[in-house]
Amino acid sequence: MKVPADLYYTKTHEWAKVEGNKARIGITDHAQEALGEIVFVELPQVGDELSAGDSLGAVESVKAASDVYTPVSGKVVAVNEALLSSPGDINADPYGKGWMVEIEMSNPSEVEKLLDAKAYEELLKEEA
Amino acid sequence: MIRLRDYEPLLNELSVPGRRGYYLPECDVPGKAEDYLPSEALRKEDAPLPELSEVDVVRHFSRLSDLNYCIETGIYPLGSCTMKYNPKINEYAASLPEFANLHPMVPVSAAQGALELMYKLQKYLAEITGMDAVTLQPAAGAHGEYTGLAIIAAYHRSRGDHDRVEVLVPDSAHGTNPASAAVAGLKVIEIPSDSRGLVDLEGLKAALGPRTAALMLTNPNTLGLFESDIVEIARLVHEAGGLLYYDGANLNGTMGVCRPGDMGFDVVHLNLHKTFSTPHGGGGPGSGPVGVKKHLEPFLPVPVVALSESGEYYLDYDRPQSIGRVRTFYGNFGVCVKAYAYIRRLGPEGLKRVCEYAVLHANYIWARLREHYRFRYDRICKHECVAMPTKEMMDNDVHTKDIAKRLMDYGYHAPTIYFPLIVPEALMIEPTETETLQELDGFCDALIAIKKEALENPQVVKDAPHNTPVRRLDDVAAAKNPILNWRKLGNL
Repeated sequence: MKVPADLYYTKTHEWAKVEGNKARIGITDHAQEALGEIVFVELPQVGDELSAGDSLGAVESVKAASDVYTPVSGKVVAVNEALLSSPGDINADPYGKGWMVEIEMSNPSEVEKLLDAKAYEELLKEEA
Repeated sequence: MIRLRDYEPLLNELSVPGRRGYYLPECDVPGKAEDYLPSEALRKEDAPLPELSEVDVVRHFSRLSDLNYCIETGIYPLGSCTMKYNPKINEYAASLPEFANLHPMVPVSAAQGALELMYKLQKYLAEITGMDAVTLQPAAGAHGEYTGLAIIAAYHRSRGDHDRVEVLVPDSAHGTNPASAAVAGLKVIEIPSDSRGLVDLEGLKAALGPRTAALMLTNPNTLGLFESDIVEIARLVHEAGGLLYYDGANLNGTMGVCRPGDMGFDVVHLNLHKTFSTPHGGGGPGSGPVGVKKHLEPFLPVPVVALSESGEYYLDYDRPQSIGRVRTFYGNFGVCVKAYAYIRRLGPEGLKRVCEYAVLHANYIWARLREHYRFRYDRICKHECVAMPTKEMMDNDVHTKDIAKRLMDYGYHAPTIYFPLIVPEALMIEPTETETLQELDGFCDALIAIKKEALENPQVVKDAPHNTPVRRLDDVAAAKNPILNWRKLGNL
């Protein structure tokens, strides 16, 4: 199970890659593994304003449909439209080609409340 | 790969030009179709309907029905679905011509028997759930949820409480709960479960507030566990100004022993097609009556079946605060007849025994399987239990889906899998009260045998099913590129 050290994580299994005041967001390797093969992805519109914890979209696998929650507040500045035609990218490359949205953070200090890689690994151990 | 259509062709593929099983009578409308219809509505050529004789059709459907697994075949242990055997006497009652042939437009004076049955069923369901009034209109469970939430929203509006738009739903809830709340225009807030598998009281307190419209709760919950803090939960929700909604999907786990009304719930929906024993799972019809406490009675959908002082049953439309109609006519009446027959046949003691046996059977399965499978919440349950494969099985790459597929080779229907979502690799087993000890043992023996296979010969489990007309289906392709209708496209 890959948990890259340079990302932030949530208890609901999203990751955030923070660069300046922007955060790129997706779901973790653990999440894609637990969901199984993903067949549909729902994304927000560019320009949508989201608060931390809001649903930013959904992923649907052959097992279940799950909301994806944004770890940080802000405005959606990019969405990965390639996922709409190839949702399996999330399974194949959850931290790379499987990214879902980019958010311009309105409150960058929220990042401090997220889990670091070590804390997320602990969480996975607890949940196993 | 053998495909189902190799095993049993489609009707279109069985078609032989010119073959007929039925001739329409001579048209007795004068003139031709083109005299009545505009040219764009007329067919240029005949519809490509299959051409078959009666014997072709009967044999086709008989062969298909031989492939079917149903509650008449064996245990059907889908969790939170209550797939119990449905006594045939219920079908007899519902097919009595006085019920089955009754037209919904006849005057109430000509439908007194049917109205009496509905009136009494409303009373019985109110008594069973501890509620004050019941509507029989909703067509099934999720429709009942929607109706109940519409009643709750109307109640808050009537008090000028316009900010109450949030519905709290535990993370173990049935998927219909958040869906119904969203359709009712309310906002869903998820409440975490604690280490016991029950509502986390601190999480609940944190979510309650002046925007809370209601908490939706299933009790026993989808883990088959009784929410033992329910009295405290009800107090907290009511203190915050919210109402309590009872999802009746799991009523089989408490019926006759305790009542949602006594636990503090304000609204309940029931699934007559589950708890009160009518066939379901094939697309319906279901029936999802909603019961409410006194303060919500004015908001019930119209019409309500009522009894006049002179002893006549009538349809009461004079309810100015009603949320309106939620269904054409008066709900799925045939299902109500079956539920009425079921309740009358069992009586209060019988209904209680239903619950006791349902709980006993689920605990028997838990007790037999707990040495062989994992149980995250490893304790006495109500009507269902949730198992998981062990780490050793998973290390051999045998997952819940493989176990479910392999069960078919042993002749059993799989339980609900991958639900509730808070249990990874869940196998959610609800045996119901109608199974015998032998059937329960056969099912447990199969699961134990599959465990052994998973450790000693995992490939046989991973390649399952072996003995069914079609093998492992490509569920990803089925979800992404479904072929839902027949077209003459050759070899699809």
